Amino acid sequence: MTTLDLTGLATRPSQVWGAVRLVPLVRDEPVNDLRLHPQLYDDAVGLVEVDPRHAYVSYIPHGFVATWTGDGTPAAAYGTQLSADGNSPPRATMSLRFHRRMARRQAKDRLRFLPMHLALEGYLALHFGGPSLAWEEWSQRAIRQGLSPRVEEAYVGAEVRGLADALRVFEIHPNQCGVMVYVADALAAAFAVPHPDDYRALHPTLLQDLYGELIHHYATLMAPVQDFRARIADTHIRSLAHLRTAVAEQERAWGHFHDTTMAGGLLDHAYTWQSVYQMGGFTLSRFLPEFRPKQDSHIGEAITDGRGRIAYLKTFRLSESQVRRGHLLSRLAANDWHIADTAADLGIHEAQLGLRLESAGFGFLLRQDVLDRYRKQKRTRSR
Amino acid sequence: MDSYGDLIAADDVLLFVNAAITSTGQREFHSDAGEQRLSLDFLHAYMLGNYRDLYAGVLALDINDHNAALIIRRLLETTGDATADQRRSEGRLIASRLATLPPQRVYGLFDALRRAGVNNRRTRAIIRDWLSARPDLAFDAVKYRSGLKRALRHAHLSPATEELGTFLFVPLTRKHYATPLLETWRRAHYEQAALYELPYTAAEGFAAKHGIPRNVFLERIAPRMTRLETLRLQDSAHKIGTTGIQADLARMPLTRLATYVLSLPVQDRLHRRAELTHALESAAGRVAGSHRGSWGKVTAVLDDSFSSFGSVHKRHRPLAVSLACHYLLGALADNYTGLWTSGRTDALLTYPYGPTPVGRRILDALDTTPSRLVIVSDGWDNAPPGLAAEVLRIWRTRLDPERHTSIVHLNPVYDAADFDVRRLSAAVPTAGIRDAEDLPALVELAQFAEGRTGLAELITYMDTRAARMNSGHHQERAR
Repeated sequence: MTTLDLTGLATRPSQVWGAVRLVPLVRDEPVNDLRLHPQLYDDAVGLVEVDPRHAYVSYIPHGFVATWTGDGTPAAAYGTQLSADGNSPPRATMSLRFHRRMARRQAKDRLRFLPMHLALEGYLALHFGGPSLAWEEWSQRAIRQGLSPRVEEAYVGAEVRGLADALRVFEIHPNQCGVMVYVADALAAAFAVPHPDDYRALHPTLLQDLYGELIHHYATLMAPVQDFRARIADTHIRSLAHLRTAVAEQERAWGHFHDTTMAGGLLDHAYTWQSVYQMGGFTLSRFLPEFRPKQDSHIGEAITDGRGRIAYLKTFRLSESQVRRGHLLSRLAANDWHIADTAADLGIHEAQLGLRLESAGFGFLLRQDVLDRYRKQKRTRSR
Repeated sequence: MDSYGDLIAADDVLLFVNAAITSTGQREFHSDAGEQRLSLDFLHAYMLGNYRDLYAGVLALDINDHNAALIIRRLLETTGDATADQRRSEGRLIASRLATLPPQRVYGLFDALRRAGVNNRRTRAIIRDWLSARPDLAFDAVKYRSGLKRALRHAHLSPATEELGTFLFVPLTRKHYATPLLETWRRAHYEQAALYELPYTAAEGFAAKHGIPRNVFLERIAPRMTRLETLRLQDSAHKIGTTGIQADLARMPLTRLATYVLSLPVQDRLHRRAELTHALESAAGRVAGSHRGSWGKVTAVLDDSFSSFGSVHKRHRPLAVSLACHYLLGALADNYTGLWTSGRTDALLTYPYGPTPVGRRILDALDTTPSRLVIVSDGWDNAPPGLAAEVLRIWRTRLDPERHTSIVHLNPVYDAADFDVRRLSAAVPTAGIRDAEDLPALVELAQFAEGRTGLAELITYMDTRAARMNSGHHQERAR
């Protein structure tokens, strides 16, 4: 359980377009030995310049599809992966079957698998495989298959109003390696890559990422957000040098305000980390929040270097109902999936918990007769 | 003392002038073509409705051709609303402005009038006078055939000669034309050699008809191309192995040249550094003319952020204006410093990249203690936002209240949402700019924008400009 630490990534002034605010993250020294898998650049060659004297580890962001399988059929990476040399295919891929029309697009030899869906399902399935102890209330299905396959709803970035324009008019900073996306000043996603070239290549893909329903609603309903315009008190300014100091102070103040206040929902919380791969000094891990209802909750994945600094980061803001579901599941897991214990832990009746599980979409986990009993109990109590 | 009404009128006119200089109804970096056109339409209607005299007077200023054509069209459409005096002065302004417009625009304008059903006596007279002033109608007949034909038909005019009439309306019925150019055109239908004596645009169609290979065609038509056609085609001609097309860069107008330089890959610019620098400097020198070296110590803050890319329709336009201003100011000043927002120092290799830290760069510029500070930017200031405004405000109010440094902001981009070019700060005058060539006149105009002079001065200024234009002493329009 540790918090997210963005050391090495400096905040620069935000750029606003409509309800979308983009806060650039800049690295003083880019990470050179971790780069994007060159195969993703089939069409745009030359972005990854490998110095022969240096070994590098490449990563393959989830959500990309390339022709990785031996027979040339497209496959999607299952979550972000690390690999030591550019040629080996990623270890875990999910082969994709496309309908005829989609298959035509394979001609371009590079397809992008739309959403972060895989990763999203992956996250939840990875952590909630299902009941680890077979208490009598659980159905056979829950025990055999767990929660998977799960479907979470989210919106593609193109559906988020104003995001496309905001990304188009956004002016990328030199050495920019990441961005924080705010919609109506709610943090929608944080995104960081090791190298500015990687960022340039991936900047437009923010549009094809997933955003939670909360973000979609905010973008549709909210009025344009205000710019945080610089304000300098002029009373004490006597010379250009004074002015210059005041300007630097303004820039520092913004960075501080952003990191402590605006990004607080992401950076202040503790996360459960699970490391997935380790290679060449880099660790790929996924993290889950504490699932506290009515608070920002972000899930995500990160690659950290030997010193624990973030090299790659991608987060997704859960919607309120997703947080509630996550909360339920995490409480269940903490109590060894024992319904009565969990209900006591939450301070409610067993039947109430059962019905909450059902309304959260987990009805299939419980045995039919148990669920029926809960419903009956509720009816008798409410009478 | 001006009344409120006068102040508002002066403000409105300046707003409109800024729009008429910068907007072409095309897509910009921050707004699309639809927004631009809607916004511009409103301004034209507003000006025409409220200040008809001033609206016509704007024709004498350095507004762009798109807006000049729009103003003329609206004035002619509403002839009935004008008094006899207004008609006379408008007529003079329209005639002098039409004389400086490129012919294809004028034919386009006549066509727009035809489609709008504007056919009053004044319109017909204006078309008649313009056509009679054309140096070579046979040339127009070949190059702008349908335009000329429709203009004649619309204005109920009979062609100057019977031969010209035949050429326009039933061209291939004659066995022979006495006018050499028309005869060439007739022969070009059957004879490949003849087409090389036609204007380039007309010849291109015949070349396709005769199936002449592109490189052969370009090689032989080269002498018939206009300056801009040569500039436009030389690179694509080089690619297909034609070397005969060689634009004389030193004779190109400054902003056009800057656009051309920006269209070249950085590698090419490095190879041709001496040639390009010389061309830019001599173009700037021509514009500066007798003012060369008379502006004292000048520092410029020039925007080369990503948004200076403009749009696919106005590719690199804002950056080209900055680049042209850089060379022009270099010629005007006797001690010049140019600071690019990106921090790069080689102007020739500039390209749109990165954010817009205008505030920081203005600080650097003020550090050089200039007597004149010129800022060329699209008014977006985002690293951090509003810093430029703060720096300028504090400089004006605290550090330089006596105005030892004159500061002017020139903006090449029309902001459709605000009906004006975006301002950096209220403390500093902002004027729209389209061609760097207009820079000296705009710096003059910008003093009105600062609100220190009123409507009376503005009207005097516009009258002198109108008088200068009507007397034919307008500056050489280098477009």
